[in-house]
Amino acid sequence: MYNKALEVNSLTVAYHDNPVLWDINVSVPEGVLMGIVGPNGAGKSTFIKSVLGLIKPVAGSTKIYGKPYKEIRKKVAYVPQRGSVDWDFPTTVLDVVTMGLYGDLGWIKRPGKKEKETALYALDKLGMEQYKNRQISMLSGGQQQRTFLARALVQKADLYLMDEPFQGVDAFTEKIIVNLLKELKREGKTIVAVHHDLETVSEYFDWVMMLNTRCIAFGPCEDIFVGENIKKTYCNQPVYSLVTKNNFKNSYVSEERV
Amino acid sequence: MIDNITYLFKDYTLKTVILGCVILGITSGILGTFAVLRKQSLLGDAISHSALPGIVIAFLLTGSRSPVILLTGALFAGWFSSLCMMLIVRYTKIKYDGALAIILSVFFGFGMVMLSIVQKLPNSRQAGLNKFLFGQAATLLREDIFTMGILAAVSLLITFALWKEFKLLSFNSEFGNIVGFPMKKLDLLLTCLIVISIVVGLQTVGVVLMSAMLIAPAAASRQWTDRLEIMAVLGGLFGALSGITGAIISSSTSKMPTGPLIVLVSFIIFLFSLLFAPKRGILKKLYYTYNNNLKIKQDIILTNLYHSETKNIDSIIQNELWVFDKKLIKIIKKMEQANLLKRHDQSLELTLTGLKRVKHILLVGDSYE
Repeated sequence: MYNKALEVNSLTVAYHDNPVLWDINVSVPEGVLMGIVGPNGAGKSTFIKSVLGLIKPVAGSTKIYGKPYKEIRKKVAYVPQRGSVDWDFPTTVLDVVTMGLYGDLGWIKRPGKKEKETALYALDKLGMEQYKNRQISMLSGGQQQRTFLARALVQKADLYLMDEPFQGVDAFTEKIIVNLLKELKREGKTIVAVHHDLETVSEYFDWVMMLNTRCIAFGPCEDIFVGENIKKTYCNQPVYSLVTKNNFKNSYVSEERV
Repeated sequence: MIDNITYLFKDYTLKTVILGCVILGITSGILGTFAVLRKQSLLGDAISHSALPGIVIAFLLTGSRSPVILLTGALFAGWFSSLCMMLIVRYTKIKYDGALAIILSVFFGFGMVMLSIVQKLPNSRQAGLNKFLFGQAATLLREDIFTMGILAAVSLLITFALWKEFKLLSFNSEFGNIVGFPMKKLDLLLTCLIVISIVVGLQTVGVVLMSAMLIAPAAASRQWTDRLEIMAVLGGLFGALSGITGAIISSSTSKMPTGPLIVLVSFIIFLFSLLFAPKRGILKKLYYTYNNNLKIKQDIILTNLYHSETKNIDSIIQNELWVFDKKLIKIIKKMEQANLLKRHDQSLELTLTGLKRVKHILLVGDSYE
């Protein structure tokens, strides 16, 4: 038997009277690389934010390595959506990555040499060291995403939750991120990432959660990520007919997210 | 002139006024940095207007005009107004700007009504409350400076101590929750500090204009730097500079109001920064755009010359109609000056430098800034 990295029991989230997540029950085993797919508004980001306690669910509970999030916070890293911050903020790449260490530093204490070194190491891993002193709006989309990933890396977590790490990045950055995810997996970490490109799900991830308010399917990609489930997940969406017809090869799917 | 200035600094009243204006400028400049970065500039405006009823009610309840009591009233009212705005946004469908406008006008209107009621009271001591409308730096007393100084020191000390937490809050508060800081509480605290910084300036600049002191120095300092630390320090300096300059101008000219002058000076600093800042300034941007466009046009002409058989000006005009504008001849003249091409009557010829540049463009493309 394996350990459960993330257990979610009957999680239900609603905005006003509109349910966004309905009775989600999943348990993610330790060491998997899991993608969350589903159409726009399926509740993918909401799922991640509820696990992190950023959104208060109507019902249900989540456990991380068998404990509530608050007790095990330091074992969890988060990569928010790139669009969720103001990139014109007066700060540098190195500074943003150092923010991942603020929690370890605790109140009032300032980051020092040790923190800087840790941050530089993470930047180096993502091929970002040469941009360390850049103001963050002077970066390309891919570089911004890598900055966020470096910030999550320095958190030295066991469970990584990522909200669309591949959104709007070029092929080069995509490759760097995929390699990083696989490396984290080799180290025994668990990764849960919202993903949009159906073509690459099986290639990048070994588990998948197919979400459309309800959890349509959940499990290893080879068993779960099949036409029938995709149809169910994307029902009522113009995308699905194209997807199934062309065996996921239609670019319309990736365009849909733009 | 110099005598005049040294005289000014020896004047006790003026020293008090200047000190007050400096305290006000530094506090609002530094805390304004956070207000501006969090896109809460208007929050400051709403809070400062809302402070008026607090001042009047504090006076009515205690009958005292001591700055501690009046500013405590202002603090409460300012804090209460930001609470109201938060509740409106959270529990209704009214957006933030709407909530701000409602609270600002209602609180200020209420304050004005209260003020006129107080002025009709048969009590000689109430005179002077309306100085809080536009501020009256000349009436600042040692006691006022003391109160302002303590409020400023407390808020700046807390800001300094919680620097990294406030930075996290302003840049990415969701992530702040993840690394374990209570962002909602920090948000509340920072708002309180902004309220305090507003209250510090109420006697000098007044409720109507105070938000300018929160926004202008911070917005100006953003133009000069890409670091939060430097931005805050510069904001404080700009604020202090506005305060000193405004106070000196108003004291050397009779019947010039200090508060509005300070605000005007801070606006001039802002305008200057907007235009002339080295990286983000408007002039720099215009210059870049102009240069880049010129370079693109030159490159098109150069590659065109390189490829086309006839080296005739008219043919260039005809081939690339979209490049053509009235300035074509001017551009070609500039290129001649830069030794990129030679002109013989109506025909053009690439020079060696021009040829090199074309080869460079064709080989690696070209980078435009």
